[in-house]
Amino acid sequence: MSALADIATRFRAVAPACDYWTVRCIRQRSESLSVTRGVIDPVGLGDDLGVMVTVRANGAFGYAATSDVTAAGLARAGAEARAWAQRTAGRAIAAPIPAHGTPAHYDHEAPAAQSWASVSRADKIVRLSHLAAALKTDDRIANWQAGVSFTDVESVIATSHDDFIRQRYSLIVPELEASASDGGETQTRTFGRGGNIRQGGLEVLDEIGFWSTGPRISAEALELLGAPDCPTRTMDLLLAPDQMYIQIHESIGHPLELDRILGDERNYAGTSFVTLDMFGSYQYGASMLNVTFDPSLFGEAASYAFDDDATKAERAYLIRGGILERPLGGAVSQARAGMQGVANARACSWNRPTIDRMANLNVEAGSSTFADMVAQVETGVWMQTNCSWSIDDSRNKFQFGCERGRLIKNGQLGAVVKNPNYRGISATFWRNLKALGDASTVRVHGTPTCGKGEPNQAIHVGHATPPGLFAAVEVFGGG
Amino acid sequence: MQDHFFTLSDAVAARLRGNEGFLATFRGEASQFVRFNTSSVRQPGTVEQRNFALELFDGKRHASASMTLTGAQNDDLARIDAALTSLREILAVTDEDPLFLINTTPQSSTRVLPHALPPPEAALDAILTSGAGQDLVGFYAAGPIHAGFANSFGQRNWDTVHAFSMDACFYLQADRAVKMDYAGTAWDRDAFTAKADAAKQQLAILARPARTVKPGGYRVYLSPAAMEEIMSMLCWGGFGLSDHRTATTPLIRMREDARLSPMVTISENIAGGLAAGFQGEGFVKPDCVTLIENGVYRDCLASPRSAAEFGAPQNGAEGFESPVALDMAAGSLPSADVLKSLGTGVYIGNLWYLNYSDRNACRMTGMTRFATFWVENGEIVAPINVMRFDDTIYRMLGSNLAALTAKRDVRLSTDTYEARSRRAMTLPGAIVDDFKLTL
Repeated sequence: MSALADIATRFRAVAPACDYWTVRCIRQRSESLSVTRGVIDPVGLGDDLGVMVTVRANGAFGYAATSDVTAAGLARAGAEARAWAQRTAGRAIAAPIPAHGTPAHYDHEAPAAQSWASVSRADKIVRLSHLAAALKTDDRIANWQAGVSFTDVESVIATSHDDFIRQRYSLIVPELEASASDGGETQTRTFGRGGNIRQGGLEVLDEIGFWSTGPRISAEALELLGAPDCPTRTMDLLLAPDQMYIQIHESIGHPLELDRILGDERNYAGTSFVTLDMFGSYQYGASMLNVTFDPSLFGEAASYAFDDDATKAERAYLIRGGILERPLGGAVSQARAGMQGVANARACSWNRPTIDRMANLNVEAGSSTFADMVAQVETGVWMQTNCSWSIDDSRNKFQFGCERGRLIKNGQLGAVVKNPNYRGISATFWRNLKALGDASTVRVHGTPTCGKGEPNQAIHVGHATPPGLFAAVEVFGGG
Repeated sequence: MQDHFFTLSDAVAARLRGNEGFLATFRGEASQFVRFNTSSVRQPGTVEQRNFALELFDGKRHASASMTLTGAQNDDLARIDAALTSLREILAVTDEDPLFLINTTPQSSTRVLPHALPPPEAALDAILTSGAGQDLVGFYAAGPIHAGFANSFGQRNWDTVHAFSMDACFYLQADRAVKMDYAGTAWDRDAFTAKADAAKQQLAILARPARTVKPGGYRVYLSPAAMEEIMSMLCWGGFGLSDHRTATTPLIRMREDARLSPMVTISENIAGGLAAGFQGEGFVKPDCVTLIENGVYRDCLASPRSAAEFGAPQNGAEGFESPVALDMAAGSLPSADVLKSLGTGVYIGNLWYLNYSDRNACRMTGMTRFATFWVENGEIVAPINVMRFDDTIYRMLGSNLAALTAKRDVRLSTDTYEARSRRAMTLPGAIVDDFKLTL
């Protein structure tokens, strides 16, 4: 029996008298390696272990999280959670007890083709040092860094309905940065600022070309120093997958979170321009737009079999043929709204309660090659790698900035431009989608730090997407 | 928690071999968290956590391991023993770190601030009573936050604050709401109720038909809450020694000849904040570091690691080199004259979701949020629909800064990512001309 399963068993023995309880045990063991400006940074290890107990009593829910996983600590957490339920009974938003069906029993460890431990720490640092050195190609490179963080995540969820779910996977986040500076100006190119987060082991770094990317990133940072600003005008906009993913995240993912639509986030992360009556009929985007919640895609950052409320996770369309179908709402939100959702009740760790999160939210492939998309642009710009994001609290008016742009004229990629930015409105932007890349152009991205919730939570989510071409977008540069 | 941390630190000291030394930091909290929606409780609970970070060094070779603690001595010592084993394995294959700089002269301290937090039932009752008949949405957090430091030179530091915050808003409809904040170390129900009542009174103005302003330049008033958002952006790379020496700071032009208004003086005022007065390498923070003085850039926040790399003195900054007790000097505009001084323009109660649109120009974008009003001839006329701004710091707090208020607000951070924050800002409001609204 794993240590976490043992903790869950210990809790069962001291669980308080109540209508229903869950215990969620999480252990995250992490290691970060990096080299900054030619110096190996000190190795950092992490071992974070704790439990979240949720209790329903007197018709209300309460929670208690603790890093004290001794029997006494677990008993205190159970009593504390029940006290909160009793204290707020009659004054809380109703949330039902999950249906008492066949108990879920599940135990799975996601495989890694090349485990983190299969290469010695010293060898990994040597390789990172070489990669970092490859970034320093010029005196004008003022800041350069290469690093990888690795986290082994194990969770056990047990409930008073005899559910037992154990899941284990590893997360890997590679990062590269080169900043070139000259004459009071600095331009930065990166390996996606965490946007290449994936599940898996060291094989991921080979698959995404991490080890060979240094010279390109450095050369592009230097190139941007001498590039003109992105022009200001309304034109076609072709977004690379490493920008598309954040566009999806902010202007599709967040607006479709059911707890936002139900108002839970109005004091912090915001509300949504989407309302409950839109599902089933609202034209969110062009007819080619298909968006799925897909926890089954191997290697994407938020793949799992059960969410943190012990609901089985399955692929589902959220937007099909451009029409809004269903929200990102877990079991509690579904019961509150009276509508179908998905298994996306998640918490960033043991010390936070579950809320509706994106998990893997993907734009399905279209039918265009990259060359096809460029060829159909008369005047436009190709933007790569997000560096700035901002959107209103209803998730409608947005503005994004990218690290690098290239002008497109008469179907041909042209000059590099710096400081490419664009702004628009979610409700119309996706309807102006002109083309989506085919399956060969799809890339898997994500973010390690999607922020939301009170108390605040930063969690990893995944986004697989092809490049996308949009018409009539307000584009501008710096200055 | 203090005794437990120091006992564990003593145990680490007893386990050292040869020339080994250690640094240890502790972070802990026992927090009550209650979330509200539609004037009802949404998610209530408690989070109790203890985190111990151990850095083992031998000469200039070092590595760190952080771990959660149970609070039970035998269990926690077993975790520390396991961490020591892992760290010794790392040190055996690690090169010397030329940037390793720690405090070797013990400077021990203890601070436990006085407090008066309410029982959870009392806080719940006050909040739900104020929310009755309204659409109250918000988040209550309360309880002790602990920080500790120990090292093998005998230094021992401890700091505890007991704080609360009620970060909430009253909604009228859709995205129209009035924000209220009440935070501190001594709960006063009457003071909370007064704040809530003041917020509710503003709802009447929000009920007026909203205006949509066209993109363009406007004279605006930025409340201290809105200023907090702008300052939070500046804190992202604006004041760190490493950011400045690698030319990645958004204030890169201030390293040359760019200036802000002479009205702008910004400092890191540890003495006036809630943050602990020591940092992870054992250095004690100075009471005050002046960052910008009368519009001219002065000093950076220098962590020991950056200080070693760039040959500058350290000044007690953590590795992230960002202010935790930012203090902006007051101006002379009386609060009662804000609307009159604004004349015709936009009263911005809150800003939201800022980011840089051009770091070299320190140009930032973001949205208006919550109570933001159109003002004519010194009178609030109507709420405005949310607008995006996109402007540079050199215009907002430089050439276009018209006035700063004489009264400043202490803004205690309500951030709870991983743990409750102890960051605070003390900020005036500002009148700004030709503030660029874009969408």
